[in-house]
Amino acid sequence: MDVILFLVFASIAVVCAVNVVVQTHPISSALSLIGVMGALAILYLLLGAEFIAMAQVIVYAGAIMVLFIFVIMLLNAGAEQRRGRSLAVQLVGVPGFFGLLALLAYAILRLFPNATNVHFGGFTKGTAQDIGRALFTKYLLAFEVTSLLILIAIVGAIVLARKELD
Amino acid sequence: MTGVPLSWYLILSALLFVLGVAGFLFRRNIITIFMSIELMLNAVNLSFISFSYQLKQVDGHLFTFFVMVVAAAESAVGLAIILTVFKNRNTLDVDEVNSMKN
Repeated sequence: MDVILFLVFASIAVVCAVNVVVQTHPISSALSLIGVMGALAILYLLLGAEFIAMAQVIVYAGAIMVLFIFVIMLLNAGAEQRRGRSLAVQLVGVPGFFGLLALLAYAILRLFPNATNVHFGGFTKGTAQDIGRALFTKYLLAFEVTSLLILIAIVGAIVLARKELD
Repeated sequence: MTGVPLSWYLILSALLFVLGVAGFLFRRNIITIFMSIELMLNAVNLSFISFSYQLKQVDGHLFTFFVMVVAAAESAVGLAIILTVFKNRNTLDVDEVNSMKN
């Protein structure tokens, strides 16, 4: 059952991620990215991260992607026009892609030869209670710095967006 | 004893990251490039959650939480920059926005 769920949602994530890269229209890319994030939320649940799965759906798929789609619609962004790829891109890009992937996979398999098997329910410390306890004791300073970062981001976004340019 | 090996999750994460890198390098629309960055952040988050499962500690979840917060702040500022660029240049193509060149 774990294997079936993993394979189904991993393939959904990969297909949607490929779609993000190959679609020429930004709206199609954005909707595919929402698919990736939903599939990843299910995988987080399988890994026992229930709070992070909910935060993924609410913050990423809910807030950030709505902001993206809002900007795409506001700018009325059309499809990217195709231009001929240079020969160097074709010669270097595609082997580079598979080379980087093979390097990462090799490093993973070498570094973790005795990794545990993942069972649903094998790790139950990802609840909101545990996250909250760690967040407000061990990571309290990081949490406060985060609030400062958010404040700076709000001010920066407002200043950038309402600047009258002539 | 059935179950998915943890390395499958890590390889999925690597695959998503490499797809994000490819989108970042090959696309020309600035919004799509920005979405590729979000894809890479998501791939790294999956790695953090997998390591958290392996080590039976909750710290990886906290890192993922902070990455989400930083991504939210980053997308707010980044999209404001994209709006300003579009107002000035009337284009979203990154090849057209090269006034810093030379």
